[in-house]
Amino acid sequence: MHSVVCIKQVPDSAQIRVHPVTNTIMRQGVPAIINPYDLFALEEALRLKDRFGGTVTVITMGPPMAEVALRKCLSFGADDAILVSDRAFAGADTLATSYALAAAIGKIRENMPVDLIFTGKQTIDGDTAQVGPGIARRLDYQLLTYVSAIREIDHEKREILVERRAEGGVQVLKTKLPCLITMLEGTNEMRYGDMDDMFRAARHPLKQWDRLAAGIEDPNVVGLKGSPTVVGKVFAPKPRSQRAEIIETVDNDPKNLVVTLLAKVFTQHPKLEREIERLAK
Amino acid sequence: MAEKFDLIVVGAGMAGNAAAYTAAKAGLKVLQIERGEYPGSKNVQGAILYADAIEKIIPDFRESAPLERHLIEQRVWVLDDDSYVGSNYRSEEFNREPYNRYTIIRAQFDRWFSEQVTKAGGLVICETTVQQLLMDGQRVVGVRTDRKNGDVFADCVILADGVNSLLAKRAGFHEELKPKDIALAVKEIHFLPQETIEARFNIGEDEGVVIEMAGKVTAGMMGTAFLYTNKESITLGIGCMLSDFKNQKITPYQLLEQMKEHPAIKPLLAGSEMKEYAAHLIPEGGYNAMPPVYGDGWMIAGDAGMFVNGIHREGSNLAMTTGQIAAQTLIDLKTAGKECSAKNLKNYRERLDQSFVMKDLKKYRHMPEVFHKNSQFFTTYPELLNRAAHTMVKVDGIDKKSKEREIRGSFVQARSLFGLLGDAFKLWRAFQAR
Ligand SMILES: Cc1cc2nc3c(=O)[nH]c(=O)nc-3n(C[C@H](O)[C@H](O)[C@H](O)COP(=O)(O)OP(=O)(O)OC[C@H]3O[C@@H](n4cnc5c(N)ncnc54)[C@H](O)[C@@H]3O)c2cc1C
Repeated sequence: MHSVVCIKQVPDSAQIRVHPVTNTIMRQGVPAIINPYDLFALEEALRLKDRFGGTVTVITMGPPMAEVALRKCLSFGADDAILVSDRAFAGADTLATSYALAAAIGKIRENMPVDLIFTGKQTIDGDTAQVGPGIARRLDYQLLTYVSAIREIDHEKREILVERRAEGGVQVLKTKLPCLITMLEGTNEMRYGDMDDMFRAARHPLKQWDRLAAGIEDPNVVGLKGSPTVVGKVFAPKPRSQRAEIIETVDNDPKNLVVTLLAKVFTQHPKLEREIERLAK
Repeated sequence: MAEKFDLIVVGAGMAGNAAAYTAAKAGLKVLQIERGEYPGSKNVQGAILYADAIEKIIPDFRESAPLERHLIEQRVWVLDDDSYVGSNYRSEEFNREPYNRYTIIRAQFDRWFSEQVTKAGGLVICETTVQQLLMDGQRVVGVRTDRKNGDVFADCVILADGVNSLLAKRAGFHEELKPKDIALAVKEIHFLPQETIEARFNIGEDEGVVIEMAGKVTAGMMGTAFLYTNKESITLGIGCMLSDFKNQKITPYQLLEQMKEHPAIKPLLAGSEMKEYAAHLIPEGGYNAMPPVYGDGWMIAGDAGMFVNGIHREGSNLAMTTGQIAAQTLIDLKTAGKECSAKNLKNYRERLDQSFVMKDLKKYRHMPEVFHKNSQFFTTYPELLNRAAHTMVKVDGIDKKSKEREIRGSFVQARSLFGLLGDAFKLWRAFQAR
């Protein structure tokens, strides 16, 4: 089993501020973390390794400072880490990003076949959830999104059985390997690596691939040049002026509460009461 | 297999980084263990960086270290409830390179410092807590961490785990800290646009101002307050002795809230957005409260060893210097092929005694006691000073001689002539001590 986990270093959105004057996002001084959803993907890959053996390779496309994130993944137990980094990649949208990652994973496959690719369900700084599917499409892998659990892997038949959370319930899906999985949050808990992993992570010679090393000949398909997305405008949405209201009833009797609530709604929407009466008849 | 190192450094604060960097740079096999998510993530400081200490460790630090502003002006304020008397010192001398003092954000600075440790060849491991020292009889031989297979061994361990070193306490190297020897400080970082800060403090790009405060802000407790300008934010904080907080039943948070409402401080913060709140202990017991700082296979550096000069608000520089001296002591022992016994490590203490660290701490050894015993320095005097200033400045048809008499009268009435003379003498003696 060889799993490749795609991770991204993102600014900790809990600590991001918007500049009060210019309305731009201020990244300065905001700590960088591993996209939290990616950690569920990594832990799931590590669990498969625990069960079936094999190798877990972590990959990220990002600036040199993303090394910290990769080393952290190594300390959790990943076997190898690759930083795909080139100035030419700057300003990439999801299309260009999935192109670069797919190309790099293609290179990884030249040395060792890749059975599974994992990503988080989305990033917290982009929220698009497009990169995973983009990679699957380019590499012609099966695609399973929003996976909440991996039930079984049949190595003979090269089949995987997963649970996928969908609207209205859980789907149990089976498909063929190789496959790309985007992992849902809250499905597992990241392990605490042992001291040997810490040493290994700190000492591991990190692979750094530039555009050519990642197997990308054409500079126009990556980075800003390869990104058709245009950011028209960034603005902070106006906070809604309406305030929540705490409505109190005489005694916490549910009946009283419903009556009070309805009265409240009807005074604000006088037509509604008549409409309901009409329908009731 | 447990690995063996020349040196294990516990903590990646100022002291730990200085020690680990110095030793790694000299070619020793160094392991540094930090419990925070990354170096600096847990560290709280004002923070003013004194260039001298870091310069002696990394001479060209200015080229790559994250520095906020270099300080060109120092203000000292003695506050009453709604006034202050103060002095400013501003000099173009401080605007000439190399600059002498900078404001920094510890989370960023420590990270940078730690990168230098890694570059020098030190092995830095974060998110790992050292739980206890591993002993062979009286001798420290390594540390036990909270990770599986977490025992690591070394010829020497430098404890740089900050104030209230649980490790040293657990190993019996020193006693529980006394509330009268530690201050509790709280601070906030307030975001303000760069231009606003520069206009408000009358400074140019990269220039900074420090305001040191004492008086009514500490509500009669032994302590001080501060306000520093960063690039795009203002740090302000207040700290008092833990024993005073305990007795007065005031929370540090209340104190800070009151301070922000002071009419001289409020306008400086107007329109700002609070970004960060933190509380931390500062060991201020001084020379007389210092624990032993070396033994068989171990040395203590930084806050863990009470190396703080509370009077001059110096801590990080003492931490760096003690860390560096500890590492240097070890390097020299290694070079001479000597072992890390208590007898040989005594040299650490001897070197400290020769440095500004011990000379300063020794000089001020009576200060904590004088202030503890004479709360009038934090209550009566600020009020008297402010009243005196008010009387002198106000133009109200009263002749100056009568005003002077009134001021003198108010001082004598509040403290008596003997009290005044005594206070002056006590302070003078404590400052002059050798
Ligand atoms: C509000 C405030 C303002 C200050 N202002 C200034 C100033 O302006 N100028 C100045 O020079 N000094 C100032 N100081 C003092 C200064 O911050 C300290 O003296 C300095 O940080 C001490 O450095 P250190 O390395 O000894 O300890 P720390 O910086 O506290 O570092 C100790 C490190 O050890 C780690 N650690 C602790 N226990 C363990 C363990 N068991 N295992 C692994 N890691 C562990 C901690 O996580 C931490 O990173 C201020 C202090 C405060 C609280």
